Amino acid sequence: MSQIDPKSSLPESPEEAARSGTLIASLALKQRAGGIGVPAATVIVAFLMGGLVVLATGHNPFLAYRDIFNGAGLNWIFHPTTNVANTAAYNLSQTLLQTTTLILCGLAVAFAFRCGMFNIGGQGQYLIGLVVGNWVGVDFAGMAPLPHILLVLVAGTAAGAAWAGIAGLLKATVGAHEVISTIMLNWIAVWCGAWLFGDGGPLQNSANPTVPISNDVADSAKLPVFWGQQELQGLHIGFFIALAALVVFYLVLNRTTLGYEVRAVGFNPDAAAYGGINVKKNLFRAMAISGAFAGLAGALDMTGYLYHFGQIDVQTSSVGFLGIAVALLGRNTAVGTGLGALLFGALLFGTTHGLTSSVIQPELAGSLTYIIQGLVVLFVGADVLILYVWNSRKRLRPRAKAATA
Amino acid sequence: MASAEVVLEMRGIRKEFPGVLANDDVALDVRQGEVHALLGENGAGKSTLMNILYGLYKPDAGEILLRGRPVVFGSARDAIQSGIGMVHQHFMLIPVMTVAENIVLGVEPRAGLLLDEAGAERRVAALSKQYGLVVDPAALVGDITVGQEQRVEILKALYRGAEILVLDEPTAVLTPQEARELFGIINSLKADGKSIIFISHKLNEVLEIADRITVLRRGRVIETVPREGATEASLARAMVGREVLLRVDKKPAQPGDVLLSVEDLHVVDDRGIEKVRGVSFDVRAGEIVGIAGVDGNGQTELIDALTGLSASASGRVHVAGDDVTNVSARRVLDAGLGHIPEDRQRRGLVLEFSIAENIELHDYAKPPVARAGWIYPKRMIELARKLIKDFDVRGGGPLTRAGGLSGGNQQKVVAAREIARDPKVLIAAQPTRGLDVGAIEYLHRRIIEERDKGRAILLISLELEEIFSLSDRILVIYEGKIVGEHTGEVSEDEIGLEMLGGKEAAVA
Repeated sequence: MSQIDPKSSLPESPEEAARSGTLIASLALKQRAGGIGVPAATVIVAFLMGGLVVLATGHNPFLAYRDIFNGAGLNWIFHPTTNVANTAAYNLSQTLLQTTTLILCGLAVAFAFRCGMFNIGGQGQYLIGLVVGNWVGVDFAGMAPLPHILLVLVAGTAAGAAWAGIAGLLKATVGAHEVISTIMLNWIAVWCGAWLFGDGGPLQNSANPTVPISNDVADSAKLPVFWGQQELQGLHIGFFIALAALVVFYLVLNRTTLGYEVRAVGFNPDAAAYGGINVKKNLFRAMAISGAFAGLAGALDMTGYLYHFGQIDVQTSSVGFLGIAVALLGRNTAVGTGLGALLFGALLFGTTHGLTSSVIQPELAGSLTYIIQGLVVLFVGADVLILYVWNSRKRLRPRAKAATA
Repeated sequence: MASAEVVLEMRGIRKEFPGVLANDDVALDVRQGEVHALLGENGAGKSTLMNILYGLYKPDAGEILLRGRPVVFGSARDAIQSGIGMVHQHFMLIPVMTVAENIVLGVEPRAGLLLDEAGAERRVAALSKQYGLVVDPAALVGDITVGQEQRVEILKALYRGAEILVLDEPTAVLTPQEARELFGIINSLKADGKSIIFISHKLNEVLEIADRITVLRRGRVIETVPREGATEASLARAMVGREVLLRVDKKPAQPGDVLLSVEDLHVVDDRGIEKVRGVSFDVRAGEIVGIAGVDGNGQTELIDALTGLSASASGRVHVAGDDVTNVSARRVLDAGLGHIPEDRQRRGLVLEFSIAENIELHDYAKPPVARAGWIYPKRMIELARKLIKDFDVRGGGPLTRAGGLSGGNQQKVVAAREIARDPKVLIAAQPTRGLDVGAIEYLHRRIIEERDKGRAILLISLELEEIFSLSDRILVIYEGKIVGEHTGEVSEDEIGLEMLGGKEAAVA
């Protein structure tokens, strides 16, 4: 056993150590304590290791990262322009399109986390938002644009909230662990979507009955594009809705009684109950609010640039899972989640566009995002794991030492 | 005594943690066959010093000499091999294993590849006989009492050859009778030539058991004195650094209306076991009713049922005439009940919250702090600033994390919150557990002040001394029933017997 700095163990009284023994409580503590240093170091190490993978395939990691940087349009800041004929500007608009989704999927994880729960179900809640967004966007054709857009967004948000609410309800009533129930709800969402969009499914397109893809949403449900052209997948105003969601997230948590209850339950459910807070109600409510963020992400994607969705898309989509890495990296704060979403948005788009095989192996390019995502989750998770093991080691030590005497 | 060999000497021990000088030039010498008490407030550096001795911390400076030879302990294993044993405040035993198995764990006698169960039990029995540490080697640890668990821990240390035994606040979990038995054990260990370091912040027991006493304050040794000549007052002064009022001054109670009334309350726990079995009592305005009892006799379940944190099976609870039987915690709070919970870190505070946020734990949604679901942090901070001043909370301002405060100051935050809500009934459960003399003095004085303001106070404590010095009326709880009620003169022994289920049970 290596010598571990005893300083780290001093400020904890035995009660505190025991109390923070649960994984989630340790994480909450760590999330507060870490500041910006830990996530920054996490990103750097993840990129270094990603670089080693690039190196192992016989390419220069610096060139690869430079091209990813440029591919994501981040070089735009050296020559800012709003003209999307400019490659950098176009790339950036596409990066921000991804960022929009990731902000909301990140918030879906972060909000539940602040209430002491791990929402792995962002993907399922996102899919439900997409599905309902498509349905309302297609079937309610003929409405005026503004009410139609509002209706789609509200419906998608509510659907995401309801989907996550199931997990919240199960947790509050019978104590079913949210990690298990949200994972299962993800699969239910996937197969519901596959059926709805599949051959003969209720949402399959009417024009071509052999293609398992939905109809396009009505023009009245399409979000206005403010940067680029609608036909070329320009950046829609959903980007601002996502930014607003970051502000709402911050204000709700820090300035409302609802947020106070959520945080109290997240940190210490016993103390919250003692304070007169209804813990079960808050578990349900926080889960539903989490799902609302993810559902909104789905509805925005549907009305912002996807317009339709196919059976294959349902089965291969994974952006909701990236929200976990975004939230963990962002330490479940508003600003952190925004920055984390930008980082992963840039990676998502930058690794799939404009890279040549002279710089990076094509098969590796798309996977690099997921390698880095995996490493981030591993490091942030490992951080917690190390703390957890260290705490239990401390509890066991006197006996373990005695046992070896 | 002075002629006895010095077995342990710690010289110039210094240990610094970020922002805290935990031990500063500390010197301690322990003689063969001596009980040496280490006395000090929480945070005075007792535990740091003992963790250094036990090899858990590395000192920044200073040296440790065992029988004159300098030693360096890299780990607890080194310390154990050198004959140092430690009994922690929190026992580390495996409940599903027998006493003997726990004791020999890691150094098991073997019969071939298997544990020599009979051999282990034989050795443990011999050892326990030698020192009068009565405990059944074949019993499961999960079935024995806390006092017996402590004996198992002591046996564990002895089994590993401890010559110097460190006991960390050993009486904190014991009844007076069990404590007396422990003192008997300590004396027989002493007679066998073992040296004992006895960590405590209780003055009376230190004076009873110790041969010499070393007082620590803020990481420094204030004095090492023989028991002869030391008094509670002199030790308290050395510990705290000023004169301390040891006895609580209070006027006779002037009971008024019944504010808390409990009628035939029954509480069943999660496992279906009836923990409170028909408890009835009243608490009147302007009186303190103390409930004495050994831990685990239904106190926690009783409090939870009174405060709306768990449901009762039957019976009635009224707060100021308002029926609050099985209503929500919120409703009980609104009916005028304040509650200082028995575990301030688990329940009384959200340690990650600021002091200001903790002070509003009940009233975060009410004006002036909040209106229509919107919180006004500035008002929260203003209120907190005032209470911090009124209740003399030290170590931080309104935005300081509650977890960063010392235990005493954490408890003051809890007390400030509960009292500032102006409750009619105040339930104080273990209000001074783990606190130092200064903080205890403050809280006791405050509780009596609140009594004199006409609140009805229900005190639940495992510390008989606390029950005696504060209560106007004493109830004794045993296995979920009130088995005794005393208003006038009563001896600690009498109450102690009732706490164990009456005279017959104690004799048997």
